[in-house]
Amino acid sequence: MIELIRKIGRYTLDTIAGAGKSLLMLFGALAGKPQPAKSWPLFIQQMYVVGVLSLLIIIVSGLFIGMVLALQGYTILIDYGAEQSLGPMVALSLLRELGPVVTGLLFAGRAGSALTAEIGLMKATEQLSSLEMMAIDPLRRVIAPRFWAGFVSMPILALIFSAVGIYGGFLVGVQWLGVDDGAFWSVMQSSVDWYDDILNGIIKSLVFAFVVTWIALYKGYNCTPTSAGISSATTSTVVTASLAVLGLDFVLTALMFG
Amino acid sequence: MESRKTQLSVGIFVVLGFAALLFLGLRAASSSVSTGEETYQLYAKFDNIGGLKVRSPVKVGGVVVGRVTSITLDGEYYEPLVEFTINKDYDDFSETSSVSILTSGLLGEQYVGLQPGFIDDSMGMLEDGDYITDTKSAIVLEELIGQFLFSQGEN
Repeated sequence: MIELIRKIGRYTLDTIAGAGKSLLMLFGALAGKPQPAKSWPLFIQQMYVVGVLSLLIIIVSGLFIGMVLALQGYTILIDYGAEQSLGPMVALSLLRELGPVVTGLLFAGRAGSALTAEIGLMKATEQLSSLEMMAIDPLRRVIAPRFWAGFVSMPILALIFSAVGIYGGFLVGVQWLGVDDGAFWSVMQSSVDWYDDILNGIIKSLVFAFVVTWIALYKGYNCTPTSAGISSATTSTVVTASLAVLGLDFVLTALMFG
Repeated sequence: MESRKTQLSVGIFVVLGFAALLFLGLRAASSSVSTGEETYQLYAKFDNIGGLKVRSPVKVGGVVVGRVTSITLDGEYYEPLVEFTINKDYDDFSETSSVSILTSGLLGEQYVGLQPGFIDDSMGMLEDGDYITDTKSAIVLEELIGQFLFSQGEN
């Protein structure tokens, strides 16, 4: 019994210590005098790794999710003769929920795990320590460009996801199932709002980008420097980041649309 | 030059993001009409347009021949004025044609039904910018129910 309570206590302390360490890591990486000349090329390089290389999976899954949404929505809406509402259904579900959330999940799997593994391996092979030996702050040099790249590229990916998804819905709904072209767009335009839907979706994806990148970097930076440690840190990144995205999504939805 | 390539692909990535935002903003959120085919404009005044929207279809016997391009309030009596853009392929409607606002299905979207009129030697044809005078307004379900209840009360 006492053992159990001791375990609960240790778990709580670990969690709090982890939160503190991750905050210190983020602060160390982001605070301080900006050095655009030095960090810009690093940032561009990471934008390529984190953003551009994730583009394919985002576009393909966005297209298919939009197509499935249109197909499923059509079979239900046709019963009520309201198949023109397919446009807003596809657009709103993508812009408000699926765009940011699915992008967040895919981003955690595609880019987050890679970030964790990369930094974990840097730590295991003592590259981070060597940087410190050369009086280069690994937080500024390694963590910061990766963080900014993730934070900037995920909202862009989410926007591309939504746009491609709506196009996929258009392909299935209008080109295949024969929903009226004008009605599809006009009903969508009359029910999608700039601020309520598009801007709130972007805010959501910014929050997810922040959380997913942060978790991925912290897990890598703080992993046990062995091969088993890197593998468990990578797994833990994907699991924690996905849960964080889904949990935060509920909170944000309740705040924005509740 | 590896870094040039990287910069280029990141640039493409960011431009793609802006294009997606533009697409969402212009295509999914507000209106922009672009039709490649040749068209002409017709106008009609209604008493009540119900739930008609810009870009709603104009149909003749169920076939789409054009779109609603603008809905405004006109003149001193504030009558809804609807502008239709009709495909040039269908430009042989006589002046006696009538338009009515119909609903597809019980709960569906509203569209404009164009009923071609008879053709006679003395009749002219509708041309670009003409007004269709014979119009029937949208049936508003609530008003219909109200009238029904009212007539029930009299008996």
